[in-house]
Amino acid sequence: MDTFQLVQRALAKRVGVEPSEIAPETELMTLGVDSLDSAELLMELEEVLGVEIEVTSKIKTVKDIVVEIDQACKDG
Amino acid sequence: MNRRVVITGMGAVTPVGIGVETFWKNLLAGKCGIGPITRFDPTNSRSSLAGEVSDFDPLQYQDFKTASHTDRCGQFALAAAEEAVSQSGVVGTVDPERAAVYLGTGIGGFETTEANCRKLVEKGPRRVSPYFIPMMIANMPAGSIAIKYGFQGQAIPSVTACASGSNAIGEAVRAIRHGYADVIVTGGAEAPITEVGVAGFNSMKALCTSEDPNAASMPFDKRRCGFVIAEGAGILVLEEYERAVKRGAPILGELVGYGTSCDAYHMTAPKPDGTGAALAVRQALQEANWRPGERVYCNAHGTSTSLNDAAETKAIKIAFGEEEARKVVISSTKSETGHMLGAAGAVEAIVCAMTLRDKIVPPTINLLEQDPECDLDYTPNKAREGEFDLAISNSFGFGGHNACVAIRPCK
Repeated sequence: MDTFQLVQRALAKRVGVEPSEIAPETELMTLGVDSLDSAELLMELEEVLGVEIEVTSKIKTVKDIVVEIDQACKDG
Repeated sequence: MNRRVVITGMGAVTPVGIGVETFWKNLLAGKCGIGPITRFDPTNSRSSLAGEVSDFDPLQYQDFKTASHTDRCGQFALAAAEEAVSQSGVVGTVDPERAAVYLGTGIGGFETTEANCRKLVEKGPRRVSPYFIPMMIANMPAGSIAIKYGFQGQAIPSVTACASGSNAIGEAVRAIRHGYADVIVTGGAEAPITEVGVAGFNSMKALCTSEDPNAASMPFDKRRCGFVIAEGAGILVLEEYERAVKRGAPILGELVGYGTSCDAYHMTAPKPDGTGAALAVRQALQEANWRPGERVYCNAHGTSTSLNDAAETKAIKIAFGEEEARKVVISSTKSETGHMLGAAGAVEAIVCAMTLRDKIVPPTINLLEQDPECDLDYTPNKAREGEFDLAISNSFGFGGHNACVAIRPCK
């Protein structure tokens, strides 16, 4: 599973939609995901991946999360 | 300004039933809502019983996202509010700036607190949820109800331990009476059945350690040995009388009196002579314009602790006078529900309104050996018919908080 799929599935479960409804360019706001949700999601993924991911205000889309995670994995 | 205040909607989530009519039917039948603790593994706990709300599905009342980010306490509040607000039909009839929320909880999101403390210890600070604080704070059930209905007037929590629900209702009555709001969603909610919570109450020797659900919550019985912890919510929609009549709202009773005081005596023990509690009851009776000879129902605080039930009996005698106190028909429905802490007073105010409506008194169950120190009429074991001019609900909390609300049938 690549990082996008991982995020897609975690988000889908969180907001109660089908994973297919979530694309890389999907804006988190349109899924009803606010800053607290993003922080909690990243925390959940940190646990799965064993890396530390910083929550930043730059995160707007699903792809932004994927980029943060990939960066963290590279650094970690 | 001294406006009349009526109840136009009620909702209940309790260990003896979800929904006011189901709860009421079970209460009259003397159903015991107490059973083995399932919210956590009670193997190491001195108390193994609680009044849990079984078959509660938050998704029947909230969307997935709201439910997953709302503590069980707030979930109960939202569920009971849904029933009450729907019955009142108030949404869409009131200026949102004139609609408010006054909600009591003794503790707030206790399960959330415990779960996040465990995470902190086991996994470190990075695993403490960003939702820990908003799900835990005791004002959030009030905030959540305001968000749901778009009510933009004041949203105020009352946190007075086991008097929280009654204090919320009483303060809401004053706010409407004096013109600070026209409609208020009020009541109380609690979900305290956590491992640390039960351990804490046990260390205080406040909880009953009986393993028999039918010999655990025994208000006014000389065998009583502590309260049984319980969870739930009670919500009332209060409304200014003229507007309620004008819009044809269901009118389920009139809130005619409120009294509140503090023992100023001890952190947890009630003042043994009952004078602190009596002050609150007396104030409520005065405001309600009670006259000797009126037929009164009293839903007692009646926790089944040794100290409360004796002190409350004294308080009732002081407030009414010995002779009138003997005519008051009393019951403690905590014998069926257990003690829902901050939700108790709200659920019991609903009991008062239902007693006035149906002219029948729910019993104090498990009352087999009445304590000589508790020598009033507590409606033992069986519901009894009775028409009343006035009903009062007593609530007393740790900290010495006392509250009493008085309800009359609306005329």
